[in-house]
Amino acid sequence: MLLFLVKRLVTMLVTAICLTIVVFALTNLPPNLEKIAKSEIGTRISDAEVTSWLDKNGFGAPLLVRYGEWLGLLPGWTRTDENGVVYGRCIREGEDPATAPIRCGVLQGEWGYSRVFRQEVADVIARGLGLTGKLMFWVLLVMVPGALLTGVLAGMREGSRTDRALSTASIVATATPEYVSGVVFIAVFTSSAVGLKWFNGSATSAMDDATLVNFTLPVLTVALYAMGYVARMTRASMAEVMTAQYIRTARLKGVSFPKIVLRHALRNALIAPFTVIMLQIPWLLNGVVIVETLFNYKGFGWTLVQAAGNNDIDLLLGVSVVSVIVVLLTQLISDVGYVFLNPRIRLA
Amino acid sequence: MNASHGLGTMESAAALLEMERGPILEIDDLSISFFTRTREIPAVMSFSCSVMPGEAVGLVGESGCGKSTVALGVMQDLGVNGRVVGGSIRFKGRDLARMTPAELRQIRGSEIAMIYQEPMASLNPALTIGRQLMEVPMIHQGASSAEARARALEVVGDVKLPDPERILRSYPHQLSGGQQQRIVIAMALMSRPSLLILDEPTTALDVTVEAAVVELVKELGRKYGTSMLFISHNLGLVLETCDRICVMYSGEAVERGRVGDVFDQMRHPYTQALFRSIPLPGADKNLRPLKSIPGNFPLPHERPPGCNFGPRCSYFQQGRCDAQDVPMFPVDGGDRHESRCLRVREIDWSAPDTIASEQEKLAPGPVVLRLEDLKKYYEAGSSAFGGKARRVVKANETLSFEAREGETLAIVGESGCGKSTFAKVLMGLETATSGRITLFNQDIQSTPIQARDPGTVSKVQMVFQNPFDTLNPSMTVGRQITRALEVFRMGRSGHERREMMLRLLDVVKLPRAFADRMPRQLSGGQKQRVGIARAFAGSAKVVIADEPVSALDVSVQAAVTELLMEIQRKERTTLLFISHDLSIVRYLSDRVLVMYLGHVVEIGTTDQVFAPPYHPYTEALLSAVPIADTKVEKTHIVLEGEIPSAMNPPPGCPFQTRCRWKSAVPGGLCERQVPPMRTLAPGHQIKCHLPEEELQRMQPVIRLAAT
Repeated sequence: MLLFLVKRLVTMLVTAICLTIVVFALTNLPPNLEKIAKSEIGTRISDAEVTSWLDKNGFGAPLLVRYGEWLGLLPGWTRTDENGVVYGRCIREGEDPATAPIRCGVLQGEWGYSRVFRQEVADVIARGLGLTGKLMFWVLLVMVPGALLTGVLAGMREGSRTDRALSTASIVATATPEYVSGVVFIAVFTSSAVGLKWFNGSATSAMDDATLVNFTLPVLTVALYAMGYVARMTRASMAEVMTAQYIRTARLKGVSFPKIVLRHALRNALIAPFTVIMLQIPWLLNGVVIVETLFNYKGFGWTLVQAAGNNDIDLLLGVSVVSVIVVLLTQLISDVGYVFLNPRIRLA
Repeated sequence: MNASHGLGTMESAAALLEMERGPILEIDDLSISFFTRTREIPAVMSFSCSVMPGEAVGLVGESGCGKSTVALGVMQDLGVNGRVVGGSIRFKGRDLARMTPAELRQIRGSEIAMIYQEPMASLNPALTIGRQLMEVPMIHQGASSAEARARALEVVGDVKLPDPERILRSYPHQLSGGQQQRIVIAMALMSRPSLLILDEPTTALDVTVEAAVVELVKELGRKYGTSMLFISHNLGLVLETCDRICVMYSGEAVERGRVGDVFDQMRHPYTQALFRSIPLPGADKNLRPLKSIPGNFPLPHERPPGCNFGPRCSYFQQGRCDAQDVPMFPVDGGDRHESRCLRVREIDWSAPDTIASEQEKLAPGPVVLRLEDLKKYYEAGSSAFGGKARRVVKANETLSFEAREGETLAIVGESGCGKSTFAKVLMGLETATSGRITLFNQDIQSTPIQARDPGTVSKVQMVFQNPFDTLNPSMTVGRQITRALEVFRMGRSGHERREMMLRLLDVVKLPRAFADRMPRQLSGGQKQRVGIARAFAGSAKVVIADEPVSALDVSVQAAVTELLMEIQRKERTTLLFISHDLSIVRYLSDRVLVMYLGHVVEIGTTDQVFAPPYHPYTEALLSAVPIADTKVEKTHIVLEGEIPSAMNPPPGCPFQTRCRWKSAVPGGLCERQVPPMRTLAPGHQIKCHLPEEELQRMQPVIRLAAT
């Protein structure tokens, strides 16, 4: 088990490095850098001025060197300006270059500076993650029990009326993307068009104080999409388990139907949906981007949109790193959890 | 008050007595149908049967005859589509069909218990054995978990599993197939049921394991006085376990009576045909070939009018047998012996079987295949990061033998003995670790199949065990055979290959029209014929038949076996017949090779191997095979313990852990040294330390009682 964890962590590390290199290369494409230069010193500068600005600000080095600096493996760049003052990546304003750290990158906890928010990237991301964490917590709280209950109820008697009704509902839910369901919810429940002014169309106030009124719609919008999907997986898995021979054994042992479902079928039926749920978590981040923008909830997704829209390279990189870690961690949890559900699998 | 009370007890005592005398299970005129969207499919028709207290009744028939449906009908568990459409099933005098679901639940598991065909599938993979066993008394007797656990420990001991505590803690996948089946039996016995339904309980198990399980079931049946309904397709097994037998054909009982009556004085043409299609001792491929039942099993919705067996029956009389439904007729002289045959009194049942045609014995030709010290080891359990000691699975150890042209060499052994590994090495799917395989003076031991030239590939071919999985479901039959011809570079043009393919269909006796059919439209026997045609497409010289008939029904087995023999006679093919079924091996092979844990323990001609002196393992194997002949007497040898793992074989002789002759060898030699191959008679070799005089003292395991 320990060996397995070590192996998985090593693989995760390699994956993370590969993915961040790709993101780094994409965000540092020359046109992006040019845009930064222009936004810093004016749009009407010449190409030569752009190059010189980039060089002065450490963007001139080869891509991999800059990646190393960002990661904190290579020493940060330093330049001396015309006044003889040494400045560089790791030297804060007014700091003595001699006492400044040589390396400053992600590994040292220096995530860079967000040009949009005029704040440290780490702070921006921490705030965004906190808010999104709150949203995700409620989403999972609604989605997982809802989806499993729907799936199990539908799958335990395949082909019954309950099954058909619940399956149809799940298909509708899966077939409606967040940007459709979100808009529909806002139109139905908040606007005067329908007249049901039950909820708030904006979740901005939920950042400090989440209530049923301002938080229901964003949570529901994200949860519904995933719920349909997970419910269908659970249903299929449950229906298959219910036809298994050991269920017949249990039935002919005289076990009552509720006990068959709870004791004999459920655990076997949850193996497949468990993986799907864990896979859904990074996928939910997708929905979070849309929903947070739609409901103006300033979480992680909203931050990502702001960073991407404003060419905020450091912030974008930070957001990607966090996303990659979230994805890999959920995978690890799903693999380990699998073992507990399915005794036939032993990790080596 | 007192008097009436006394009367009450007397009455109930009388009722109890009545119940004791009456049958435990009484199935009367039962009809079960399955309903699909388009039609009603009758699966069981006017079936009657009764099981008395302490009696074991065998239900015999081929797949699709409705025997399992009867069992599920008794359990009232026919699924959404199945329904009892007529008749009644009474359990201790109560009609099961009239019971509420709650009453049924009370009976299931406590009064009627069932044992299933596939033990692995019928145990819940996510629950420990202990929890699954304890559940039964907790539901039915309201036992506390401590009481239930105590009972579970006791029953696990009863089914003779070692270390019950550990077993209760383990999960089903951690046990072997035989142990799993014992657990299923233990589960059925948890609340001492009065009726046990066994649905092919040993079909998925090895012969020696089967023998041990059957022994156990018989013993427990005696101990608890349980009545049994034993469903099987294996007549020999029914003879060993049951008091009465009921033969089913196409949804109907065709003959029933005491086992002895039915086996010795069969009074239904189907029963007779069934017995003539199974290889009994005395059958011989040249002098007394098996007789398969002509035609096919009728589909439930295509049953003929009148007698269902009519179209395949050699006593069929037009206008009479197909005129009306045939009722059961009592047979004179038997105890409740009945037969569903109109002509039961007319047919001369003792008339000897017409012998089809005597065949010349095929003289073996030159040696075509020679194996010398073949070894195949696998490495297991080593991982890139582990660094643990590598474990080696010795699948084949020093395999040496030769096979001649036109000869049938049977390779016998239980699962895990290395017979399939050997087949893989010979085919080139694996390469040998060391040793030599010489095929027509060409060394092929280290040439994988990709590197073999089409000539060599087509010379060594294989017929697989399961015809259902080995045909591509989306390719027509003709295309699959043509494809084999292309691979073997046979024929110059597509047209020529099509001609060859049609001729191959003739050879395996399939109508030419089948060339355009899809595999799903074929029955199991027909699929196996396609498999045979494919194997012989490149005029193979050596054919490995890996349990070619074990997945088929008895009546079809005979036909497929005969087909293989016939092609062999014509083509002078060397047939390596891998099987665990010793009856069929005895019937068709010229020489037999017995394997155990990767070792060849005995090799010789069929007569030498099947007569003493035996290798102790061969002796146990022979005694384990159920034989459907009341005149045969067998010595019962039940092997103790499990087959050791090939990963961790015992030191010395591989069989020493289970050998009953071990004490006859002085000085514990068996535990220290692998015995050398000894030649007992020309061509007869065994790998055993037993001294000569002990071997001479061995008695034959199977004896034909004097008649």
